[in-house]
Amino acid sequence: MKTFKIFLIFFLLLGFSQLKSDEKDDVLKSKILKNIRCLICQGQSVYDSESDFASTIKLIVDKKIRTGSSEIQIYQYLREQYGNWIIYDPKLNKSTYILWLLPLLLFLFGGAIMYKKISIKK
Amino acid sequence: MKDKFRLFVIIIFLSFCFGIFYKGLDNSNVYAPKIKDKKNIPIFEAKKFNSSVYHKSEKIFKEDTFYIVNIWASWCVPCRKEHPLLMELSKNQSVKLIGLNYKDSMKNAKNFLTELGNPYSQILIDSDGTLGVEFGAYGVPETFLIDKNKKIINKFIGPINQEVLEEIKLIIK
Repeated sequence: MKTFKIFLIFFLLLGFSQLKSDEKDDVLKSKILKNIRCLICQGQSVYDSESDFASTIKLIVDKKIRTGSSEIQIYQYLREQYGNWIIYDPKLNKSTYILWLLPLLLFLFGGAIMYKKISIKK
Repeated sequence: MKDKFRLFVIIIFLSFCFGIFYKGLDNSNVYAPKIKDKKNIPIFEAKKFNSSVYHKSEKIFKEDTFYIVNIWASWCVPCRKEHPLLMELSKNQSVKLIGLNYKDSMKNAKNFLTELGNPYSQILIDSDGTLGVEFGAYGVPETFLIDKNKKIINKFIGPINQEVLEEIKLIIK
């Protein structure tokens, strides 16, 4: 009876850990899908879209997660097929550095103007 | 003098913005990345029409010729429109047409080919659309031109028309 109880607890724990792992995969899947642009919809992520294209991408992301691909590997795969545009959060590289640096430059420029104005008032 | 300069800067800035938005009006809303580098055909395994055996991509594209991969489905209305052009293209000896039957039922696909003719030398089944993604497809219909080095050299989104047909003929000549 004792052995049976130990086995029962063991299998329950095993099932629970599987449940936890599925939950983790679902969170990762949602995160990735929200960061992928639906290329045939207007302003929608793959997560939000019900289009044919989005449903195929959802299937692929699901398969890739189940076969152990990381988030970066999945983004890389989609970039190779469709280019940088498919990812909402583009990587810092030669073609996107203006996109990343412009807000920072504008912020510094605005700050400098404000600082100058305040110093003149004083 | 200072006010005039400020006005000048504002006018230049507004003209610049107007120019950008005015130019943007003509831009297409459909995004299609240009093929800058010739991409290799993907490595995959797929079932052929009327067969339960999986075939490797290297065997499918084994001949030293141009290939056209056309994604089609019986439920796709634009596919009907481009089909006569594909039939015309299939008569050309310097190219082989490979059909990728996308998310379709076998019965409907067969009826489609019986009704309109079969331009394909081989038909692959893409029941869940994942094979299309390997090629970088958006949907259906879509056509890829593959050269003798097994590289994708052109991609046509949507149904092909007479103009595209002439372009393809010129490349494969």
